[in-house]
Amino acid sequence: MLHVTLQQGGASINPNNVRLRINGSEVAVPEGTTILKAAALNGVEIPTLCEIEGLTPYGGCRLCIVEVSGTSKLFPACTTPAAQGMEVTTQSPKLYEYRKMVLQTLLAERTHICAVCVANEHCELQANANNHGVDHVMYERNWSCESIDSSHEFLVIDRNRCILCTRCIRVCDQIEGAHTLDLKFRSKSTNVIMDQDQNWGQAMSCTSCRKCAKVCPVGAIYIENENIEFTKDRDIAAFLSKRRRRSR
Amino acid sequence: MSSEKARLATMWFYGCSGCHMSFLDLDERLVDLAKVATLVHSPIVDIKHFPPDVALTLIEGAVANVEQVETLREVRKRTKLLVSLGDCAVTGNVTALRNAWEHGDRAVLERAYADPSNLNAQIPNLVPKLLDYARPLHEIVKIDHYIPGCPPNADQIYYVVGELLAGRQPVMEGRSKYG
Repeated sequence: MLHVTLQQGGASINPNNVRLRINGSEVAVPEGTTILKAAALNGVEIPTLCEIEGLTPYGGCRLCIVEVSGTSKLFPACTTPAAQGMEVTTQSPKLYEYRKMVLQTLLAERTHICAVCVANEHCELQANANNHGVDHVMYERNWSCESIDSSHEFLVIDRNRCILCTRCIRVCDQIEGAHTLDLKFRSKSTNVIMDQDQNWGQAMSCTSCRKCAKVCPVGAIYIENENIEFTKDRDIAAFLSKRRRRSR
Repeated sequence: MSSEKARLATMWFYGCSGCHMSFLDLDERLVDLAKVATLVHSPIVDIKHFPPDVALTLIEGAVANVEQVETLREVRKRTKLLVSLGDCAVTGNVTALRNAWEHGDRAVLERAYADPSNLNAQIPNLVPKLLDYARPLHEIVKIDHYIPGCPPNADQIYYVVGELLAGRQPVMEGRSKYG
């Protein structure tokens, strides 16, 4: 019991711990812990978009970038492990500007029109844009026309709203174990597909578990005729992975 | 009309007029506003041409045809501070839904004029030519301030107009909302 307490709470006593500074205060975390986790354990919040607890980090959205002393390069907190002696800054005018840029590129990439979106007011992209004071998009918008697939009995994907965070793909693979969803192509042509790029209704491996819709941060995957605030469940992946570890 | 009052104007491009409804939602605060500003041009007043020397102009709606591009450039010359009011002006919003279609300009005209008619269906050639893409205002001229929202609520409008008329820079963090 005492051993467990030391590992979690009194982390500094463990010799395998690394000590670092986050926004000036010294913290100690087990080796291999990401900066994001280290910050969260010590009550420092870093904005995230593609990251979701219970799934492997992806590092795609770049919203969680932080400054590390000694280099001008910015690091994504969700994939960068905390290292001995690191000095991390999570809030600064520079980071704020870069995060604003990240959000604007996401908004410019596809046809995000909040007023006609199912996820309006329940969208993590919209919430982050509002919190960061993104009051317009300085880049010319792409106005791409992506496909919408409503062939499944109740799950719908509108790829125009997708930000390619791969949360749905990761939850389908790592929690449900079906790996129905994946990405096709690269760069501008990247899209989420089902099985061998089939219509969702014909994708044999889909178990219709709905977890993709629950973790989608935007309105790209949703359940037909269901109010999106009842669909969304940010904690589902963490909850299930914890339970499965326990039952093993 | 006292000459010390700030000259305020509002414009209405391709939008649903919801932002103007929100502006009217200022209710009794309109009286306060009238004490410091005078409305020199608006869809709700009957003045045909945009007047010169305007202190602050709020524009609702996206720019979707060639006439509006010209009008907007003219307005920019005649006004000191230009504000994009609402999502259509800020992002294109619903007006810009057609942008994702190939030949969306043609498609909306057909939907509006040809489809509903069952006799002599035709698109009138009097309407100004639509742009290929409906554009947010800042892609045409310099915009000084943005009020996103579909529509933005009266409190936001009152705050921004109040700050700008008082010569301060409004802070939008946590105050603005897309959609």
